[in-house]
Amino acid sequence: MTTKMFGQRVPRVEDPRLLSGQGRYLDDLGHDALEVAFVRSPHAHARIVDVDVSAALDVEGLVAIYTYDDLDGRTTEPLPLLIPHPALTHGRTPYALAKDEVNHVGEAIAMVVASDRYVAEDVVGLIQVEYELLPAVVGIERSRDGGDLVHADVPGNVAATMVQEVGDAATMIAAAGHRATLSLSIERSASMPMEGKGVLARWDPDDESLLMHTSTQTSTSVRQAVAAKLSLPVDRVEVVTPDVGGGFGVKIVHPWPEEILVPWAALRLGQPVKWVEDRREHFVSSAHERGQLHEVEFGYDDDGHLRGLSVRFWHDNGAYTPYGLIVPIITSTQLLGPYKPGAYRVEFQSLYTNTVIVTPYRGAGRPQGCFVMERVMDAIAADLGLDRTVVRERNFIQPEEMPFDHGLIFQDGRPLIYDSGDFPASLAKLKALVGWDDFESYRSAARAEGRQVGIGVACYVEGTGVGPYEGGHLRIETDGSVVVSTGLTTQGQGHQTMLAQIVADELGVSMDRIRVTTGDTRRFKYAVGTFASRTAVMSGSAVALTARKVRAKALRIAANALEASVDDLEIVDGHVQVKGSPGSQIDLGAVAVLSNPLRYAFDAGATRATQFAAPADPSVPPVPENDQPGLEGTDYYSPLRSTFANGMHAVVVETDPETAEIKILRYCVVHDCGTVINPMIVEGQVHGGVAQGVGGALYERMEYDAAGQLLNASYMDFLMPYASEVPHIEIDHLETPSPLNPLGVKGAGEAGVIPGSAAIAAAIEDAEGFAIAAMPISPSELFELRRRHAGR
Amino acid sequence: MTTASDPASAEALHDVTLTVNGVFQQLRVPARRLLSDALRHDLRLTGTHVGCEHGVCGACTVLIEGRPTRSCLVFAVSADGASITTVEGCLEPDGTLGDVQQAFQDCHALQCGFCTPGFITTITAYLEDHPNPTEDEAREAIGGNLCRCTGYQNIVAAVVRAAEIRRERTAT
Repeated sequence: MTTKMFGQRVPRVEDPRLLSGQGRYLDDLGHDALEVAFVRSPHAHARIVDVDVSAALDVEGLVAIYTYDDLDGRTTEPLPLLIPHPALTHGRTPYALAKDEVNHVGEAIAMVVASDRYVAEDVVGLIQVEYELLPAVVGIERSRDGGDLVHADVPGNVAATMVQEVGDAATMIAAAGHRATLSLSIERSASMPMEGKGVLARWDPDDESLLMHTSTQTSTSVRQAVAAKLSLPVDRVEVVTPDVGGGFGVKIVHPWPEEILVPWAALRLGQPVKWVEDRREHFVSSAHERGQLHEVEFGYDDDGHLRGLSVRFWHDNGAYTPYGLIVPIITSTQLLGPYKPGAYRVEFQSLYTNTVIVTPYRGAGRPQGCFVMERVMDAIAADLGLDRTVVRERNFIQPEEMPFDHGLIFQDGRPLIYDSGDFPASLAKLKALVGWDDFESYRSAARAEGRQVGIGVACYVEGTGVGPYEGGHLRIETDGSVVVSTGLTTQGQGHQTMLAQIVADELGVSMDRIRVTTGDTRRFKYAVGTFASRTAVMSGSAVALTARKVRAKALRIAANALEASVDDLEIVDGHVQVKGSPGSQIDLGAVAVLSNPLRYAFDAGATRATQFAAPADPSVPPVPENDQPGLEGTDYYSPLRSTFANGMHAVVVETDPETAEIKILRYCVVHDCGTVINPMIVEGQVHGGVAQGVGGALYERMEYDAAGQLLNASYMDFLMPYASEVPHIEIDHLETPSPLNPLGVKGAGEAGVIPGSAAIAAAIEDAEGFAIAAMPISPSELFELRRRHAGR
Repeated sequence: MTTASDPASAEALHDVTLTVNGVFQQLRVPARRLLSDALRHDLRLTGTHVGCEHGVCGACTVLIEGRPTRSCLVFAVSADGASITTVEGCLEPDGTLGDVQQAFQDCHALQCGFCTPGFITTITAYLEDHPNPTEDEAREAIGGNLCRCTGYQNIVAAVVRAAEIRRERTAT
């Protein structure tokens, strides 16, 4: 009997290749391609007066220098605004190369193509750009003032104002027995994958076709965009995503200027052209996230029930808005977490600053929302003298209230309706895991040793598996192997393993006979991309549906060959057999042969599908009506709406009484992503998310000065956690299947990061005895807070 | 218009010999060519990855005379005559996964795999001197390498597991 793969800790099929140095990342390709470097703006806001390339022209190895004036056709247009929204009244996107004005340090002005990157950088250093400086707008307060403008035609720097309201929050707050306000903030961080972006483009003049490799989270959409901007028939453009060294959101944005310019140059020059982003370029010309300020007003009753919640927040969208309002919309809706807010009003403004663009980074607006809501819960508990978990329990949506409709519109334009979840059960598991009820005795013992400890908890709900759709293609080859493809891309999540597990079970084929391809438009042309923790839900479901379709066809053909009824057949280890009589069987490879009526036999196996091999019914065509040759199929999964995963984290910290150093002693996670396909992979996702949550809470921030210079644009100065900064993570799972998809799964990719800042802030607050309103927090900032509170 | 000191002039090339993963290699490179680029683009050993180009992330770590070294901070000419081991050289002689590589798969110690070669080489060298590390020592041993995917927990486990595998393989 074939072992069931779904739910097992199956070792990853990707690993042997990646571990032995045989991965193929972008810069591992195209060794002989011409290489690109960019002249990037050193100023946050300036007019470009002149670009003088004369000093650079004699450099040996220089092939071409391009500025905006060299662009042609649709490459002269601003880059697309990917996700328009009616509230985004003043959306702005950059040009592929700056036209007249630059709006952040790092914006590309000139493109240099040379024999290699060393030479290209030599040339960059010799190009003189004359600037007329304009006032730099840096930071949310400065932007909100509206004194200086990022874009002269955007009044007040306001890209968008958006309001959603359910019930009458103002009235409910006014009528509540208790009222309070909070002013909160979260600073900028970034996805910061170990591999930056990169593009390799090869134009084949004989075939009049473009083959492009790019380190992206969406190859299908890059293909459409490149074809449109280069005015090529889509049919002549293919985009392949090679191995990708991490994405975490930043690589969902597209087309990046380089994704247009590199193929454009390859086409013009008739030679392969490659650009590989260096680390500083990634800091100053990719994307950041997180920066928001929040003003919160809320009312609650004597028992701690939230009666009304009103949130105003200001979102720093950076210099442009190519990704629309997705991040602040997610903050404004996912802020509610597992709670019923009574009445809820949320209003946000999305503001321009002369800084790098802001687009989703793992969690995508949720860490900020979670921070706000959990601060509210802790404030209520503190005011009423209630246990913080009790206040949460009292405000939870109960399992019997599922599906729960919040009455809001989510980031996918569809209703915010939670499909399932058991929040009280999750919290009970978390309390048991961390030992919540015993913490006071631990605190006393620590105190007796002169140590100061605190505990915090934070809960979140995450909309995952966002539509509109994904698809799968599956073919059983005549050797019995199975090739599967899905259009979305992979950045290290183990999709090949996870999808193969699903196919193995659906088809009754062992894992080693299944080969999965992702993100290759030559193989699958219709897809959306990898973001919003959606692959298991979307492509997992699509591939399962496809496998069921192909299985049905295999059984139909096998039934004919075995002269049995379809209902009596099963597939075991790659063979279709009559249940209970394994002697009567045919292997799937032979079924594949039979599925394709042949005129020509190329080997012994193929002979049985040729026209004289077996008597056929002369009244039926060799390929019957409504059938197709081959044992293959394609299917799609398009859900009604997102599925909602949830989780809760508890953190124990120790804060040094003298140095204010913050040390995480324990980090506990209860996680519910519905049915789990591979627990090992899910735990890995949680670990990685928690590490980024810890980074965002204690270490990572983008240090912009008032002139818009990013002062810490290197790994030396931007403090990403090393092993010494990430605590051991303890995990417990709850599995509440989603009713929305055939597998019962929910997404898991982003979960670990979401409640990090909220839970760690709560633990520090508990240790210190005063409120924490801004994250991340450094020892110096905690030290300063202590001084301020001691002085009161 | 070029002068001898002008980067616009043709670069002088230098002969460099290296022994990489036991194979003798001859290269002719400009003085400024980084060892990481020479390995990756001249020798096409692309298992060594470049994550930051300033010696912080550790993805480009290779073993020079057995010592973990950031190949993005070494010129190829500076390594002339050296014996170098890259991640490709950490396989068993029969081409199967080496002890550290096998431990990484067993423990799910990699996700995107980009930082992984630097961990593999670093740990391979570490176990030479520390055949039986505790979990705390294992965490310390990988403290100079950045990973953005795994949260390190499974890498710590893989260090301990690799030591086990090495002992098992040595015993047989």
